[in-house]
Amino acid sequence: MSVPARPLVKLGSAPGKPGRGLPNKYKLFLMALPFLVITFIFYYLPIYGWIYAFYDYIPGIPLEKTPFVGFKWFRTIAENPTQTAEVTRVMRNTVAMSGLGIVTSFLPAAFAILLTEIKTGWYRRIVQTLTTIPNFISWILVYSIAFTLFSVDNGLVNTLLIKLGFIDEGINFLANNHNVWLTMIAWYWWKSLGWGAILYLAAITGIDQELYEAAEVDGASRFRKIWHITVPGIMPTFFVLLLLSIGNFVNNGMEQYFAFQNAINKDTIEVLDLYVYNIAFSNNFAFATVVSMLKSIISVFLLFLANGMSKWVRKESII
Amino acid sequence: MRSRKLGVGDAAFHTLNYAFFGLFTLTCIFPFYYLFINTISANDLSTMGYITFYPRGIHFDNYVSVLKIKGLGHAAFVSLYRTVVGTLLTVGASAFLGYLFTKNEMWGRRALYRGIVVTLYFNAGMIPWYSTMHMLHLTNSYWAYILPSIIAPFNIILVKTFIEAVPPSLEESAALDGAGYLRIFGSIIFPLITPILATITIFSAVNQWNSFIDTAWLMTDKKYYTLQYLLWRYLNESSSLAALIKSAQNLGAVDVQNMQTPTSVRMTVTMIVVFPILLVYPFFQRYFVKGIMIGAVKG
Repeated sequence: MSVPARPLVKLGSAPGKPGRGLPNKYKLFLMALPFLVITFIFYYLPIYGWIYAFYDYIPGIPLEKTPFVGFKWFRTIAENPTQTAEVTRVMRNTVAMSGLGIVTSFLPAAFAILLTEIKTGWYRRIVQTLTTIPNFISWILVYSIAFTLFSVDNGLVNTLLIKLGFIDEGINFLANNHNVWLTMIAWYWWKSLGWGAILYLAAITGIDQELYEAAEVDGASRFRKIWHITVPGIMPTFFVLLLLSIGNFVNNGMEQYFAFQNAINKDTIEVLDLYVYNIAFSNNFAFATVVSMLKSIISVFLLFLANGMSKWVRKESII
Repeated sequence: MRSRKLGVGDAAFHTLNYAFFGLFTLTCIFPFYYLFINTISANDLSTMGYITFYPRGIHFDNYVSVLKIKGLGHAAFVSLYRTVVGTLLTVGASAFLGYLFTKNEMWGRRALYRGIVVTLYFNAGMIPWYSTMHMLHLTNSYWAYILPSIIAPFNIILVKTFIEAVPPSLEESAALDGAGYLRIFGSIIFPLITPILATITIFSAVNQWNSFIDTAWLMTDKKYYTLQYLLWRYLNESSSLAALIKSAQNLGAVDVQNMQTPTSVRMTVTMIVVFPILLVYPFFQRYFVKGIMIGAVKG
């Protein structure tokens, strides 16, 4: 993403009246300073709170009065069998969800390629407008919609299935433990597919049209044109997004899983982000902090790994 | 022969392609339509699941009674407040900061920019965040909705990339005329970057409108509840919903046919929360491709 800033005007003609007041480099810094302070307060200052990971902290009792326990909570992950099983389960869900996300990450690209094959302008515009709408509603609303469509008593899907004679009794689609991962990825793409395609549509627009014309003269088929011109043309975009998603491997976000979780599917839906929320909510502040701390460290490590890969393959850094 | 064979293949491809996009578009939009026709149909029919493709027994009692629910109007106001004020501030800040970060001569530019971008990948975690907010007295406070969202790293990246594509000559000539950074930003850069500003405006507005977790953690006083948070509560606490329906019922004389049910209240509130997004969205949609294009093309 980062492009080396373009060389600015020769120093002499840089903005600001020369020879008066602060040098420009400090002037610019001072203008940014208020915003940098806000960044520090809301993104960096909370790191101080990692200190909770090393105490037997109980909400309501000041930290000075709680015992310092060092790495006790970190050790429980490996030493306490129940805790180990918990963390393993949550990690499995996390890896499954992120893995499925990465495996299916070609979908928006395919969507964009197929959409550009539609030559009827108004149809393409309508598809593009309407399929991006779900991206802009919250997961809570998505769940509310899912609830309306799939509920046992009067949901549309059950009503239709019963009417058509496929089933006798409503199926509880939302509160069940089967195929949770697949259901979640399906909802994810329902919400984000149209939106995800926009980046690729933009990339396709940037491809030189003469390439297609030349290929046509050579008698290339549609598939060959897609494979040899469009696909290479959107590869850089795909690659950047792939690397970014590697950096975000342990950050699934929690809203989707939070909205869809219930007592029955909890075992297979709880990803790291949701797990942190759930244990924090049950007042295990110390362990919640331990997990988020490890999560951030892994995340930053993966980011640098992805960035290194990017530098190696594309000779360009992504951050 | 060959061309004929290709023609058949082409027709099949196009038919499938058009059909696929038609179907997918329907699955994206039908749920909203379904929700809407159920909120305006006779509630007894809706409860039994009889309303599938078109409304029956059209009435608007659901909206009338839901809007009378105590606290909902105020929650709508809080949602609107955080959306408008929060968005204005973050868009202004992202535009200005994005501009400053294009200036090579800025002291510590590289490190500071990275320091902001990297926050996309880590956060201290729920508890440390909560204790910081508590320490700053940002629990039960309207500021909690505004201040933390002022810095949006992703928006800053988008703006910076966009400005880098603006021809430098424009700025140079202004600089020669003796304009300072602020003047150049205000009179030259700002008007040129409206497509990306429109894009990040809708991003942050939608984010603000959709947030609910900050309310769940930080606000105990009902006065700070947002629409989204109330909807979440309605979805989760059938008991509070039942009480709510009762209070809504007492307010107006409603006939039996259109009695409020948990389902009808839930659907109506969902519709009320979705509606503003559907309303505003088309006006901004055309900027998306344009605004994001530059970032994508530059990779």
